[in-house]
Amino acid sequence: MSEKDLRTIYTETMASLMARDESIVLLEADLASAITTHQMSERYQERIINCGIQEANMIGSAAGLSVVGLKPYVHSFAPFVTRRAYDQVFLSIGYAKQNVVIIGSDGGVSAEHNGGTHMPFEDIALMRAIPNSTVLEMSDAVMFKDILTQSTMFNGLTYIRIKRKAMRAIYREGTTFKIGTGKVLKEGHDAVIVATGIMLEEALNAAEICAEQGYSVAVIDMFSIKPLDHDLLKRYAKLTGHVITAENHNLVGGLHAAVCESLAGEKDIVIDGIGVDEAFGQVGLTPYLKAVYHLTAQDIANKILT
Amino acid sequence: MLNEFARNIRATTLKMLKHRTFGHLGGSMSIVETLAVLYGKQMNIDPKRPKKTSRDYFVLSKGHAGPALYATLAIKGYFDRALLKTLNDNGTTLPSHCDMHLTPGIDMTTGSLGQGFSAAVGMALGLKLKGKSNRVYVLVGDGELNEGQCYEAMMFAAHKGLDNLIVLIDDNKLQLDGPRTKISNTLSFMDVFKAFNFHVSHVDGHDTKAIDDAITHAKTLKHKPTAIVLDTVKGKGVPRFENQTSNHHMRFSEDDQRYLEHIIQTLKKVPV
Ligand SMILES: Cc1ncc(C[n+]2csc(CCOP(=O)(O)OP(=O)(O)O)c2C)c(N)n1
Ligand SMILES: [Mg+2]
Repeated sequence: MSEKDLRTIYTETMASLMARDESIVLLEADLASAITTHQMSERYQERIINCGIQEANMIGSAAGLSVVGLKPYVHSFAPFVTRRAYDQVFLSIGYAKQNVVIIGSDGGVSAEHNGGTHMPFEDIALMRAIPNSTVLEMSDAVMFKDILTQSTMFNGLTYIRIKRKAMRAIYREGTTFKIGTGKVLKEGHDAVIVATGIMLEEALNAAEICAEQGYSVAVIDMFSIKPLDHDLLKRYAKLTGHVITAENHNLVGGLHAAVCESLAGEKDIVIDGIGVDEAFGQVGLTPYLKAVYHLTAQDIANKILT
Repeated sequence: MLNEFARNIRATTLKMLKHRTFGHLGGSMSIVETLAVLYGKQMNIDPKRPKKTSRDYFVLSKGHAGPALYATLAIKGYFDRALLKTLNDNGTTLPSHCDMHLTPGIDMTTGSLGQGFSAAVGMALGLKLKGKSNRVYVLVGDGELNEGQCYEAMMFAAHKGLDNLIVLIDDNKLQLDGPRTKISNTLSFMDVFKAFNFHVSHVDGHDTKAIDDAITHAKTLKHKPTAIVLDTVKGKGVPRFENQTSNHHMRFSEDDQRYLEHIIQTLKKVPV
């Protein structure tokens, strides 16, 4: 179990990967101190590149770095590396088939006091819409470390949404993950909750609330939103007949949409969605914001109990 | 009078930040004198009718300095001072970054750097198209001027000859990760804005008289927008934190809070 900050995981893991692989470069847009990579800027003076506050140029430059054979990792707050620079991500990286890993930090309510301008509920939808992209949302520190370690072999555009601070530990140290494969966190046969990121703890709590009422609810961590684990999803959808998706994101275009698209055409399956419904962000602490946007364990449980 | 207003804005802003125990101190402190001049004298405003269409508009493009603007608006009577305690609270009308639909007196929603500049250009252009004489003031950060969008805004504003637009540059030399000269060395803002065909001037951004004179002069200029580069100190007025990279967004320890209280009391005691 690890309750380390994910930003610390990023800095430590990238430092050890960079020591082994000289082609790795990290790009920042004046938020290096927010993710703590500034702590290794002495050691890797040339390979940690602070572009300044110019996200579109940073993404475009990352594409260029990839063209000449380097492996760029680009970080900023999630809205700035997705929405703010979307056409650059779409064309210079996606369409031009360059190999770039984009780290978007503090998506959704995790942006907390930075408020509406910094609180994307659509970053996953945007990234998912790019052909051949890989879209992941990290569940905890153990997963992030493993995925980063694998990422030097990734091809094309990869978007990894993380929370900068510590997350509830879900996995034992040393657990490994496979892109396109969900993880069953809890078995159950009355309903299945398919969740990502900070919604996993709500999903696990919801399963407990339901258990008290005599319902057996499965929980799946669908951290790989694209590619999606269609087989696992279909299996649990058929077993339970009731799928509830739970995401810290707009219901449009994210996990809920991906699950609905995957299960379209299946008979006798009810799909409910817990997510942000036609709303922008705002300032506040996570528990408050989860309540405002109806992202709590009780909200999930209500879909099963009522 | 303007100096007294500035002291009041500074003390009030620090009080809000101290109460919340965290926030964007550095960039709020560096714009205090500019806000005092704008809201204390130069802008045509009516705090009781914040949406009056004949008003001058102000866009805080570096939206993270919201606290300083909220203090200014509250002192001017746009809303109840008691609200200042709700800065960044759950459900507040005073969020970290400015929101035109939450706070009376905020003319544009900002927080994603670079965007407020373009919006201000659009306002100035729109007012011209409507044959109106209102002015638009936009305050941008020196780090914010890393954003390519700002240069598009400059080119466009100058091309359209928007002499109703005054761009104020808070040149406090620091952005989030450190000194701008180390991160993205923007050339002299005077040279840059001049090259883009602006009227330009350069003043001490903590000297209310100098700022006031520069704006008064800018109002007489025709056919081009004006840029006023304000030489400022990030964290101005809070000596322990002045010019520190770490002052961008701070969490205040108990000791910091005592120190801030001391600064607030000192500001209140200075004779007019
Ligand atoms: C598009 C965008 N990118 C990044 C940020 C995060 N950010 C907020 S303030 C800031 C630094 C701004 O520096 P400057 O304009 O000099 O303002 P100051 O902090 O000096 O007030 C950064 C990078 C943002 N708000 N918007
Ligand atoms: Mg600055």
